[in-house]
Amino acid sequence: MKMYIRATGNISPQQTFGDVPFLESIVEHTGTMLHCTEPDYKNHIDPKMIRRMSRIIRMGVAAASACLKEAGIQAPDAIITGTAYGCLQDTDIFLSKMVEQNEELLTPTAFIQSTHNTIGAQIGLMIKSNNYNNAFVHRGFSFESALLDGIMLLMENPASNALVGAVDEITVNSHEILRRFGLYKQEPVSNLELLKASSKGTMAGEGAAFFLLANAASDNDYAQLNGLHTFYKPSGIEEIENEINGFLTAHKLSINEIDLVVTGRNGDINNDSIYDKLEHGIFNNSMLANFKNLCGEYPTATAFALWMAAKVLQTGGLPALPGLKQPAAKKINHILIYNQYQQKHHSLLLVSAC
Amino acid sequence: MSAPVFIAGVGAIAAIGKNTAACMESFRNGKAGMGDMTYLDSVHRQTIPVAEVKYSNAELALMAGMRPNVSRTALLSMIAAKEALQDAGIDNLASLRTGFISANTVGGMDKTENFFSQFLADHSKGKLRDVVNHECGSVTELVADALGVKNYISTISTACSSSANAIFFAARMIKNNLLDVVVAGGADAITKFTLNGFNTLMILDGEHCKPFDENRKGLNLGEGAAYVVLVSERIARQLAKPMYCTLSGYCNANDAYHQTASSPDGIGSYLAMAGALKLSGLQPADIDYINLHGTGTQNNDIAEGTAIKRLFDPVYPKMSSTKSFTGHTLGACGSLEAVFSAMAIHKGIIYPNLRLQTPMKDLPFIPEREFLQNITVKHVLSNSFGFGGNCSSLIFSTL
Amino acid sequence: MSDLKTQIIAQLNLQDVRPEDIGDDQPLFVDGLGLDSIDALELIVLLQQYYKIKLSNAEDGPKVFKSVRTIAEYITAHQKEVV
Repeated sequence: MKMYIRATGNISPQQTFGDVPFLESIVEHTGTMLHCTEPDYKNHIDPKMIRRMSRIIRMGVAAASACLKEAGIQAPDAIITGTAYGCLQDTDIFLSKMVEQNEELLTPTAFIQSTHNTIGAQIGLMIKSNNYNNAFVHRGFSFESALLDGIMLLMENPASNALVGAVDEITVNSHEILRRFGLYKQEPVSNLELLKASSKGTMAGEGAAFFLLANAASDNDYAQLNGLHTFYKPSGIEEIENEINGFLTAHKLSINEIDLVVTGRNGDINNDSIYDKLEHGIFNNSMLANFKNLCGEYPTATAFALWMAAKVLQTGGLPALPGLKQPAAKKINHILIYNQYQQKHHSLLLVSAC
Repeated sequence: MSAPVFIAGVGAIAAIGKNTAACMESFRNGKAGMGDMTYLDSVHRQTIPVAEVKYSNAELALMAGMRPNVSRTALLSMIAAKEALQDAGIDNLASLRTGFISANTVGGMDKTENFFSQFLADHSKGKLRDVVNHECGSVTELVADALGVKNYISTISTACSSSANAIFFAARMIKNNLLDVVVAGGADAITKFTLNGFNTLMILDGEHCKPFDENRKGLNLGEGAAYVVLVSERIARQLAKPMYCTLSGYCNANDAYHQTASSPDGIGSYLAMAGALKLSGLQPADIDYINLHGTGTQNNDIAEGTAIKRLFDPVYPKMSSTKSFTGHTLGACGSLEAVFSAMAIHKGIIYPNLRLQTPMKDLPFIPEREFLQNITVKHVLSNSFGFGGNCSSLIFSTL
Repeated sequence: MSDLKTQIIAQLNLQDVRPEDIGDDQPLFVDGLGLDSIDALELIVLLQQYYKIKLSNAEDGPKVFKSVRTIAEYITAHQKEVV
């Protein structure tokens, strides 16, 4: 497979949206979550459509819209979204009213928008596109599934493009519930210090990142997306290393040819023990970068990593990220992203210079 | 790429039966599954009929071999997926690349509803085990883990077309040589969330629904689960049993008209049907039966009917909405109707469209009202359309 | 009618619209204020919630919800019935 990332649109807890320098200054968030830095949506979404949209829908539609604008494409051949939790705020509103009002006097708006394909549907509606539209909702594989769908479509059709994105939001109630599950730090921390902590828990994150994938090169591509592989509940570190080696072999590369490895460290000692082992193993000599200190932990965070890798290849260098082990000395040609969500959902992406 | 994908096994549970054979028996007897609300605890119990699966969670748990306190959606999903895998009878499953692609619309919402009533009063209250499987993907994983499927697992949620898209995605994974065998379909239990949601849209019929009737008043919600086992040509040849049919065509298109309403001309439905026909290499006249989306709402049936008219006029195949038996099972309906489509080919039968008294005056065709048997059914078109304009059509063909 | 306009703006989350921006006879749907079928359903609940009036047939919506004046007239007519 040979896919090109032609354009991106990313609303995240960092300054990533619009015409801004690539992670020039890092936004600090203190507490147990990283909220998105949001633009003025009126510049990106038709005001008539905006009034009903909850925050996640605005984030998704604006990120998708910016991506299409950058690509110079009015309507892509496919719109594919990945979201683990869907439109939580709308779900919460309808569910809360249903409980509080004992199933009486309920209104439809929040219910309609709680549907998991709302964002993809709103994008389709906005650009009046009758083309393929799909939504994947599989936890830590949501974005990866959407990406696979897009990749398959491009392989099946001789000339096409696909808009693929990931969206997930933090709400007050979702954060409270996930906190009770023990996902987050007990004490407030700074995202700049997150990966140095040797305690349980991480910081919650969120984001909306979209990519325009095409199967033909153009003059403005960020990078090539050359590989995607997911694996579920591996038995241990040996199986993880085998999967990584197998993935690289399938793409005729060795780990020494990978110029940068982006991993999903999130500051939780249990979660990070996998990365510790790999950094003493297969990634021993690799240059390593992290991303969850920038966007927080959430099931579709791989999308932020892919955006970061695409930007590194487009701009030709790494920004001064907090905790970066080595400065970028040589040209980066191949980036391997390895992320795992709660030790169940593991994914590998290979992104290469055009 | 053009190698066909075969259906090797089917499994279904719905208001009209706990397995595929029981559902077929209900069709034969003209026995619909709607009735008074028995298992769902809602204030609308007296006023809104539903098509519930006629077993308690405890009974379903025994059938599924799972704990009774997991989401009803997971229980239904497991029962149908297990039936489909057993039916396929693939002995060497462990040595094949196997996937589980499932669909649902609200995950473990039935349990989240319990959690939320306590949580809203006090944020430290509510049993976490009731909310741990809230996510759509979590329900899929409960079943995948119980089935022992590990190579590829995913969940699709595109409202009422979800499980048609799951089957479609699964077939493409086989065609792209990423998997050998996929259990694909969907599940949804009726929840208070969806019941009240559809009630706010004022599209629930207070009586038993009348799809494609001029005086139709809306839909009845149903629940259930259904899966097909899709296999590659290579695996199909190895299996001792005959295949049901092939999945010869599929297409996903978007109406891009309104968040909930279908466009008057049903452009999304038309494009989905036309795209599926094109992929299968068939002409409209080749289709012997259309399993309609046919929810029974004013809006769906006229949009779908108008799109059918545009594509098929003047020669119409037999058609019916099996939602007149099962109710609208949301995330399960695409796969439930896929199983019914496969069985229509396999057994040479056409299902009746119940309670159709006054044909729609704006449509030049009338869906089939009788149960037909001993006829040749070579190609079946199955429609599934949902909120957000999501329209998907599948075509099943005889071997 | 001013109260009613305020309630409509809140219920439908009409951003940047003030009560005085809505004319008493201005069409609310499509070309006028640009409302759609989902808004009609929201307005049905508004009538129920604030005025205890139940519009049981959604098909009456277009007639009743033509403008703020027609809604006000409908409310006046039906509140009398209740009293």
